[in-house]
Amino acid sequence: MSEKVDPKRRKALLITSGVMGAVTVAGFAVPFLSAWNPSEKAKAMGGSVKFDLTKLDAGAMAVVEWRRTPIFIVHQTEQAKQNLPKLNEKMVDPALEEGLLRSANDKFSVLKGVCTHLSCAPKYHPEIEPKAWDQEWLGGFFCPCHGSKFDLAGRVYKGVPAPVNLEVPPHTFEGDTLIIGDAV
Amino acid sequence: MSDKKNSFMSWLDRRLPVTENLERHLTKHPVPKKVNFFYIFGALLMVVFMVQVVTGIWLMMFYTNTEEGAFASVEYIMRDVDYGWLMRYMHSTGASAFFLLMYFHMFRGLLYGSYQKPKELVWLFGCFLLFLLMAEGFLGYVLPWGQMSYWAANVILSLFGAIPFIGPDLQVWIQGDYVLSGITLSRFFALHVVVVPLLMIALVVFHIFALHEVGAGNPEGVDIEKHRDEKGMPLDGAPFHPYKTFSALPAIGIFFIVFFAIVFFAPTGGGYFIEKPNFEEADFLKTPEHIAPVWYYAPFYSILRAVTFGIPFLGITSKFLGFIIFAASIAILFVVPWLDRSNVQSIRYKGIYSKVAMVLFAASFVTLGYLGTKPVNEMRTLIAQICTVFYFAPFILMPIYTKYEKTKEVPDRL
Repeated sequence: MSEKVDPKRRKALLITSGVMGAVTVAGFAVPFLSAWNPSEKAKAMGGSVKFDLTKLDAGAMAVVEWRRTPIFIVHQTEQAKQNLPKLNEKMVDPALEEGLLRSANDKFSVLKGVCTHLSCAPKYHPEIEPKAWDQEWLGGFFCPCHGSKFDLAGRVYKGVPAPVNLEVPPHTFEGDTLIIGDAV
Repeated sequence: MSDKKNSFMSWLDRRLPVTENLERHLTKHPVPKKVNFFYIFGALLMVVFMVQVVTGIWLMMFYTNTEEGAFASVEYIMRDVDYGWLMRYMHSTGASAFFLLMYFHMFRGLLYGSYQKPKELVWLFGCFLLFLLMAEGFLGYVLPWGQMSYWAANVILSLFGAIPFIGPDLQVWIQGDYVLSGITLSRFFALHVVVVPLLMIALVVFHIFALHEVGAGNPEGVDIEKHRDEKGMPLDGAPFHPYKTFSALPAIGIFFIVFFAIVFFAPTGGGYFIEKPNFEEADFLKTPEHIAPVWYYAPFYSILRAVTFGIPFLGITSKFLGFIIFAASIAILFVVPWLDRSNVQSIRYKGIYSKVAMVLFAASFVTLGYLGTKPVNEMRTLIAQICTVFYFAPFILMPIYTKYEKTKEVPDRL
């Protein structure tokens, strides 16, 4: 066997084996990282939910579970609908392009009951009266964890920790039935 | 090396360097003769780490890592397993003790310059250990699957969701579900009992090997290597064993008296060690009225909450900025060795600015800790914001004040 070292050949071999090794590691990382994705079962659990709107009186709110998240369904009163535009000035994002109730319907608002700050559950306070957190309260949601305020359409007030409006989940109305989740 | 060539030790030493390493790390490893009580926390941390490993293994024998079974299995450990309550309360109290000792240990480092050249790596490994401990504590707190386990984890995981662009997908990937669920619980279990502890053990080894390479410090900041006797032992040093090992024993005894007093008489620490809502099973439709972290995360949680504003023109929300500053409050510790420009190590010989800075830092850390366990209001938010500034200022201004302040001369001998 020759004692002579061919540096060029050695370098080529080093690079080739290094690249092959890296590709192997990256290849094997795929199944291990993919295993952390939602499983087929978890995906199936995320299907849509139906709700009968005739059960809900004006001014009342129902909580429905979808993808384990509480969904707030609010039947807005006439007074609430009149008050909502008055609050536009106080809102971070008045969301005028989304319509008065930010909903596909002019009676009901459908909101994710999860504070956009740190995922607490905002509490429903529809009464129009001075509150500890707001002397001119016109009804809405108040998050007891960190003091975020939202109006009845889930729009966030200025100067609170929550950065954006309460999320509106994908939803459709079919007569008196509300379907929450992606249309099938 | 053993003198008798045919003895068992010499047989062993030729195959495994036992004697050499015992001498190097124990019986001939010099440590400063005079240190103060701040120097005991490293030893106590090792003890607590062992307590956590042993009680953790035993808890694992009875715990069920599923959404349906987790909470019930913890009840089972508490009620049906012989001494199960002891294992669990030692583990939960051990977590609090781990953090308390860690905070004192690191504050010692800040006071006496234990991060200065050539001890930068010792400090860095220690900072990584703090980070891992925080991850380990968080993961472990989710496992009992109580109300606070669930909702506090939601708060933390939503921080990942706040990262621009990749956030929501990243959160779903970490959770393995569209919401925090049993799928998340199972993977957190694997991380808590295998991945993070393995990394911690590796880092402890690095931490100690690096320390033994550069030598332990002392409150005076005197270099003991300068003056040695004829055998090469530093005049101001003593062998680690038996001097330090035996002097640590009374401290370990006192520590265990306090530790078991808590385990036996106040294991929940009035809701600070184990929070009251955690005695109720996780309910994903019912958020507790007030989500507070365990005391050891409270200072950092306060910093997170203190950020009530974003940078709109950069598209950074207040939530994401809070996350960045929260992360920075840990990250800034890593760079301390390169922020300190002082020509002395110990606070005893540093100038007035360093002393004021350390007092401000400690006071703001404690105040932030207090605020972190309380519900927010305007006044508390304002105080938290001021304390956040005082938390960062001692580090950010460190390159300036340590360079220009007047220091005292360090004595030659300890």
